[in-house]
Amino acid sequence: MTAHLTITKVGPGATLQDQGRPGQLANGVSRGGAADPLALLEGALLLGQDTAAAAIELATTPITLHTRQHPAIIALSGAPMRSDLAWNATHILPAETQVSLHPGREGIYSYLHIAGGFLTDPILGSRATHLKAGLGQPLQSGDYLRYDPKAKATADLVLKATTPDQTAPIRILPSVQTALFAEAERARFEAATFTPDPRSTRSALRLSHDDKGFEASGQLDILSEATLPGDIQITGDGTAYVLMPDCQTTGGYPRIAAVIPSDLPRLVQTPPGAPVTFRFISRAEALSLHRAEMTRRKALSKQISPRLRDPRDIADLLSYQLISGITAGREEP
Amino acid sequence: MANLPALPTLTLIRRRPEGSVLARQSRWSFTRGSAILKPMTQATDFPRIAPLGLEGVLVSFADRLDLAANSAAIAFRAALVSDPPDGVTETSVSLASVLVCCDATATDPDDLIEALHRRAQSADWYAKGLPKERKLWYIPAAFDPEVAPQLIEFASLLGISPAELTARITAAPLRVLTIGFAPGQPYLGALPERLNLPRQTDLTPKVPAGALVCAVRQITLFTAPGPTGWRHIGQTAFRNFQPGSATPFPLTAGDEIRWRPVSTSEIKTLAEDPMGGATHEPAL
Repeated sequence: MTAHLTITKVGPGATLQDQGRPGQLANGVSRGGAADPLALLEGALLLGQDTAAAAIELATTPITLHTRQHPAIIALSGAPMRSDLAWNATHILPAETQVSLHPGREGIYSYLHIAGGFLTDPILGSRATHLKAGLGQPLQSGDYLRYDPKAKATADLVLKATTPDQTAPIRILPSVQTALFAEAERARFEAATFTPDPRSTRSALRLSHDDKGFEASGQLDILSEATLPGDIQITGDGTAYVLMPDCQTTGGYPRIAAVIPSDLPRLVQTPPGAPVTFRFISRAEALSLHRAEMTRRKALSKQISPRLRDPRDIADLLSYQLISGITAGREEP
Repeated sequence: MANLPALPTLTLIRRRPEGSVLARQSRWSFTRGSAILKPMTQATDFPRIAPLGLEGVLVSFADRLDLAANSAAIAFRAALVSDPPDGVTETSVSLASVLVCCDATATDPDDLIEALHRRAQSADWYAKGLPKERKLWYIPAAFDPEVAPQLIEFASLLGISPAELTARITAAPLRVLTIGFAPGQPYLGALPERLNLPRQTDLTPKVPAGALVCAVRQITLFTAPGPTGWRHIGQTAFRNFQPGSATPFPLTAGDEIRWRPVSTSEIKTLAEDPMGGATHEPAL
């Protein structure tokens, strides 16, 4: 049995995402998947399910959706949005309920997860929309999204979410063409303060800064070769682009550096206007940071607890039946 | 969020900005466990092995388009696929290089780099030859201005007739050098120097799926409709990506394609067949 949610209204930049399609680079398909894999993981952990489950990714775009004849348990993660529902938490949506989410001030990518995941037909083993590769379509008003109403999950759980220091430099490693940039140019890159350009996409995050562009001084006849998310390409006009999950599999622009994987979620969540700086670190340091972060993520479920609700925050308090029955005297739930 | 202009994916020759100086001739490598760059003295040190981010390694066999280097890359990747070093999660091949990825939580990427150095030195990959299971494809293509609107322009820029251009392009099989840009999309080459034309300065706003486009001694066959800086000189009904099929990506790097010239009406009747009338046999 499946149920469905109806998307009554959605802006541009809403897609279904999961962990993407690893293993398809040789076929010209980049991995894709959630722009913020950490937020995808946090939502999955809240619902106690596999990170392969597909969720709605909202890139600073509003959405209104409706449950129909079945209730649904959802989780919200990533960039906090304005709504009646608490963020980094699970909620039960009774049947015939409407939920509206509006972009907030922090972050870019927000996720709405559902118990059991959204059930579209997978392509190449994934439900992730990869527009650049022509896989899937953006979500549109009027779309139905199927889910399993029997999937088990617990409502009113909350995750003590990761709150990274947004002002710390993004750590980078040298890449294959770093040496083509003169030392002074690399130093200028490290000293520069960038900010994400609003024209950024799921393919590339464009960085703007006030000074002149960056220029490779070595050999510029670069034969097209493999590219990966996190690579920082310098285009012909000196602009820096950080490749995102839907990037092309190959490219011919010189790469000045690569963002370490554990700092990518923080970078992709930086809104236009907020400062971004970079700092080269050693491979040994990058590896130890990566492993520490992966160990931390494995233990994230310990940060989940029942949400203690203050009656003053319950907008529909009077609709709850507050005085019937006898409790065992234990705390909720 | 608005779309960025598409980043060119295949840049063979990039002009240096006016007045820029070729400051360095030496190549550089990264020392283990540090971000310090050390110059290497050798002028040519291929295959060249360098980290690509934390979890990727790039093994390059040349820095320009070269069939022997492409063969070496394809052979090297085939060897990695049949006998992967510890920790390899994924490999792919570009025009003259191989990407090798690992999971850094399970594998020290520097150990993988060392294993790839040993592997690179274990054979003469340039002389190895292409893998045996390659296919030779015969793909029907119409070279007719009705469906190939830039055929005449391309031929006249080369100073030959459209018939001669078609004859030269269909004369011999072309190798699938790599797959990229879009799912299953092949880059084929190398065409003879006589057919070398740079990209056009303006984009052709939209070519259909199956379009055969040409520039920089290469041909690519479009997976999906889109803009291109290459010239549209032929049209096939072949689909590079066939989702739902047992073999969603019919073409593999190392395969060869020979165009079978057909009429425009035949291409139109083949449109229902995702294979577009293509046949294949083992490549010798």
